[in-house]
Amino acid sequence: MKNKKHRLLKKLRRILPAEAVLGDEEQLRPYECDALSAYRRLPMIAVLPDNVAQVRAVLQLCAREQVPVVARGAGTGLSGGALPRTDGVLLVMARFNRILAVDEHNRTATVQPGVTNLAVSEAVAHLGLFYAPDPSSQLACTIGGNVAENSGGVHCLKYGLTVHNIMEVKAVTMDGTALTLGGRALDAPGFDLAALITGSEGLLGVIVEVTVKLLPQPDTARVLLAAFDQVEKAGDGVAAVIGAGIIPAGLEMMDNPAIRATEEFAGAGYPVDAEAILLCEVDGMAEEVAAQMETVDALLRQAGAVHIRAARDEHERALFWSGRKGAFPAVGRISPDYYCIDGTIPRRELGRVLRHIKKLSAEFNLRVANVFHAGDGNLHPLILYDANVPGELERTEELAAAILQHCVEVGGTITGEHGVGVEKINQMCTQFNARELAQMHAVKSAFDPGGLLNPGKAVPTLARCAEFGAMHVHHGKVAFPELERF
Amino acid sequence: MQTALADFIRETPRGREADAILRKCVHCGLCTATCPTYRLLGSELDSPRGRIYLIKQMLEGAAVGAATQLHLDRCLGCRACETTCPSGVEYGRLLESGKIVAEQNAPQRSTKARALRRLILAVVPHEKRFAFLLRIAQKLAPVLPRKLRAKIPQQRAAPAWPAPRHRRRMVVLRGCVQPAAAPAIDAAAAQLLDEHGVSLLGAGGCCGGVALHLPAAKKGLALARKTIDACWPLVEQGAEAVVVSASGCAVTVKEYAHLLRDDPAYAEKARVVSSLARDLSEVAAALNIIPAIAPRNLRVAFHSPCTLQHGQKITGVVERLLEDAGYTVAAAPNPHLCCGSAGTYSLLQPELSRQLLKNKLRDLHTAAPDLIATANIGCLLHLQSRTATPVRHWVELL
Ligand SMILES: Cc1cc2nc3c(=O)[nH]c(=O)nc-3n(C[C@H](O)[C@H](O)[C@H](O)COP(=O)(O)OP(=O)(O)OC[C@H]3O[C@@H](n4cnc5c(N)ncnc54)[C@H](O)[C@@H]3O)c2cc1C
Ligand code: SF4
Ligand code: SF4
Repeated sequence: MKNKKHRLLKKLRRILPAEAVLGDEEQLRPYECDALSAYRRLPMIAVLPDNVAQVRAVLQLCAREQVPVVARGAGTGLSGGALPRTDGVLLVMARFNRILAVDEHNRTATVQPGVTNLAVSEAVAHLGLFYAPDPSSQLACTIGGNVAENSGGVHCLKYGLTVHNIMEVKAVTMDGTALTLGGRALDAPGFDLAALITGSEGLLGVIVEVTVKLLPQPDTARVLLAAFDQVEKAGDGVAAVIGAGIIPAGLEMMDNPAIRATEEFAGAGYPVDAEAILLCEVDGMAEEVAAQMETVDALLRQAGAVHIRAARDEHERALFWSGRKGAFPAVGRISPDYYCIDGTIPRRELGRVLRHIKKLSAEFNLRVANVFHAGDGNLHPLILYDANVPGELERTEELAAAILQHCVEVGGTITGEHGVGVEKINQMCTQFNARELAQMHAVKSAFDPGGLLNPGKAVPTLARCAEFGAMHVHHGKVAFPELERF
Repeated sequence: MQTALADFIRETPRGREADAILRKCVHCGLCTATCPTYRLLGSELDSPRGRIYLIKQMLEGAAVGAATQLHLDRCLGCRACETTCPSGVEYGRLLESGKIVAEQNAPQRSTKARALRRLILAVVPHEKRFAFLLRIAQKLAPVLPRKLRAKIPQQRAAPAWPAPRHRRRMVVLRGCVQPAAAPAIDAAAAQLLDEHGVSLLGAGGCCGGVALHLPAAKKGLALARKTIDACWPLVEQGAEAVVVSASGCAVTVKEYAHLLRDDPAYAEKARVVSSLARDLSEVAAALNIIPAIAPRNLRVAFHSPCTLQHGQKITGVVERLLEDAGYTVAAAPNPHLCCGSAGTYSLLQPELSRQLLKNKLRDLHTAAPDLIATANIGCLLHLQSRTATPVRHWVELL
C-alpha cells in the first residue's frame, strides 16, 4: 500500500504541480470529511487540478492503476458524498472557479463546476437575471456539487430543483472520455442524460462544466413571517396555503429551538417564544403579489397564526432569509454537534410526523430542532448531540433511522435533496427493492464499468442490503427474501 | 465538532478556550466562501475550516509539520470568516493560540524567514526607530527604483494640534507607524473633537498588535503593558475614552482585557482600558459629529479595514459620516475582502498580499472614485503604494 501510494504520488506529480498533490497526513486530515463530520476517512492522496486536461489525466492514471476516485466540490455535503477512500484519490474541484460565459439573450450561464452557487446569481444580477435553485449553503457550495446532489433550496418550490434549471453538463468518465450531456436548447435529442447525471453523486462522471438556465428577477418579492403557538397549526397553515392553489416562491418552517438559535445569529426579529414560525414568500408582478399576500395572511390567521409580520423592505426580507439560511450551523450555538436528517413526507402528514418526532425525541433523550422546506414536505430535523459523549452518536443514528423509517411509512422518502452518500445507504434498501437497485447498478456500469468512481456511495450493493435487511426485519417480513442470507 | 485535546494543553486556560471554540464549529464550510486566501488558492488548507482543522489536529497531539505552519502563516487574520460564521466560532482567538503552539512545535523556519521576522520586530513597534528609517528612506526616495519608491509614504504636512481647552478629555493612542508616516490623522481627529467639545491628548506607542500576530507573544504583551502604563495617568485623571484612530490598533486595545486576564498586576487595568477603548468612528458617532460640508461633490470609495468591519463589527458608521459631509460614497464590489495589508502580511507573504491589493484596487476603482478613504494606517499605506488616487484616513476628509 505504501509503495503503491509512493508510486502514484510520483506519477501524479508529473500531471500536476507539486503543490497540487497532497500526500502527507497533516495535509490530508482537513479533507477527511465534508459537512457531515461524524463520518471521517483519510484519503490516500488529494489532488487539486485546475484544468480539464489534468482531470482527464488523473482519471486515466487512476483507471490504469485501479485506484478509486472521489470528487469533491466545496465539501458542504451533508450525506458524506465526498467522504474519501483510504485507498483512493480525492479529486478536489474547487479551483475550477471561473464563469466562462453569460448569454444574456438565451438566458444561460456557462460555468466551471467549482463556481459557487451564489456567485452565479451575483454575476448576472446587473442583467436583472438570477439562478433559481438556492440551497441554504449557496454562499459556499459549488455548482458541480449541486448537480451531483440535485440540490434544492428555499425557492425550489416554485422554480424547481437543480435538474429543472440546467441545460448542459460536460463530464469526464473514469476512462477519460469527455461527454456532453443535454444541450443549449430546451430539449436535446435522445435520452435526457443531463437529467441522469444530475443527482448521480459523483458515481457516473466528473462534472467539468455546466450551463445553467437563468431567470428574470421577479418584479416584486415579498415575504411574511407568521408565528404559531403550536407546531401542528403551522403545519395546517402550510396545507392551507398550498391547498388554495398558491405557489409561494418559498414556504419554510422552523420550530422553537431552531428559531432561538438562528435569531441569536441573524437578529432577524424572529419571535423567540413562538413554537413555530412560517416564512412565506410570494413573487411576481406587484399587483399579483399584493393580492396573494392578503390571501396568505388570511389563510394563516385562520390556521391559528398568533402574529403575522411582513418584511418592510428589501433589507428586512434579506434578514428574514438570512436567519433561515444560516439555520443549520446556527444550531452550533446551542449544541456542539448536530445531525441533519433529510426526509420527505406528503404535506398533509406534516403535523402528525412532527408529533411523532417529538415522541421519538423524548424516547431517545435527544433534542431535535426542526428546520424545513415545508412547502414541498422536505423535513430537516436536526438531532442535537455531543460527539464527545461516548455513545451519543450511535443513539443519534438510531433516532435518525427511526425518523426516516417513519417518513417512508407515511408515504415519503429518505432523501429530499441532500443525497444518499454513505449516510443513507442502508435506508436505500428500505426504499427500493432488489430489482430496482439492480437497474441502478446497470446505469452505473454503463458509465463506469470498473466501479472506480465514488464506490460505496448512493446505491447499496445487494449484498449490503441483505446484510442490513437481516438486521431489520420489518412487519414480520424479510426485506429481500430472494437473496441468500449471511 | 468532536475534539480530543492532548494532555499537554487540555487543562490549561488556552486549551480550555480552544476546545470551546472548536466544539462550536460544525464544519459546515460556509466561511470558506468569504475567505480571501481560499478564494485565491482554492485549497481547504487555506480556508478557515481547514485551518481550524489543522489547529485541531495540532492541539490533539499530532506532529506539527511545515504544512501547518505554512497555512497558518498564510492566514491574514482578517476574520471575515467570523462575520460569516452562523455558529459564532471565534476564529481569531483560536488562531492566536494555534500560531503560538505551532511556533513552539513546528520545525524551525528558514534562516531568511527568521531574520525578516526579527527585523520587523526590531523596527516596526518602535516609533523612534521607524521614524528614523522612514526619514532616511524619504531622503533616498528620488534615487531608488520606482517600485521601491512607491512603497515609501510621502511626507504630508499635519495640521496643528489644538491646545487642550475642554473639560471633557479623551486619550488618543499614538501607535507606532502612524506618528511618522501620517501625523495628519491624529491631528485631524484632535481638531474635529476639539470643535465638538472634547480635547484629545496623545499617549503611548505601539499597541503590541504587530508582535502579537507574528506571533511574538512576550514582546506583544510587554508592549501592551507599556501602552496601559502610558494611558493610565490620563485615565485616572478622568479621560472618558481611549480613542484609537487606527482600527487595527483599536481591535488590539479592546482585546487587552482578554490578553492580560491572567496577569495579576495588569488584569484590572487592562479591563478598564479595554472597556474605555473606542474606535475613532465610534466616538464620532457618539458625539453626533456634524461634519463641515465638503467643498465639492467628490466621489469617495471607502475601504473598510477588516479590523473595523470584522474585528470590531462596526459597519456603516464611517460611510454615514462621509455622506453627511457631502461626499458621494460609491459602493464597490467585494467590500468584505482584505486589501492584503494585514499588519506585517505584506512583508511576510508578499505574493498573496500583492494579489489581494491588485484585486482590492480593481474593485475600488470600479466606483471611479476621486478619493479612497479607509480607517487604518496599514491599509492606507498599502493601498497608496499602488495607486495614484489619493488614499486618506476618513477623518482627514471631514
Ligand atoms: C449549512 C448547510 C445548508 C445546506 N442547505 C441545503 C439546501 O437547502 N438544499 C440542499 O439541497 N442542500 C443543502 N446542503 C447540502 C449541500 O450544500 C449540497 O448538497 C451541495 O450541493 C453540495 O455541494 P458541494 O460543492 O459542497 O459538494 P461536495 O459536498 O463537495 O460533494 C457533494 C457530492 O457531489 C459530488 N461532486 C462534487 N463536485 C463534483 C463534480 N465536479 N463532479 C462530480 N461529482 C461531484 C461529490 O462526489 C459528492 O458526492 C446544505 C449544507 C449545509 C452545510
Ligand atoms: S462557518 Fe463557522 S461553523 Fe461553519 S465551518 Fe466555518 S467556522 Fe465552522
Ligand atoms: S482570518 Fe481571514 S484569511 Fe484567515 S481564515 Fe479567516 S477569512 Fe481566511
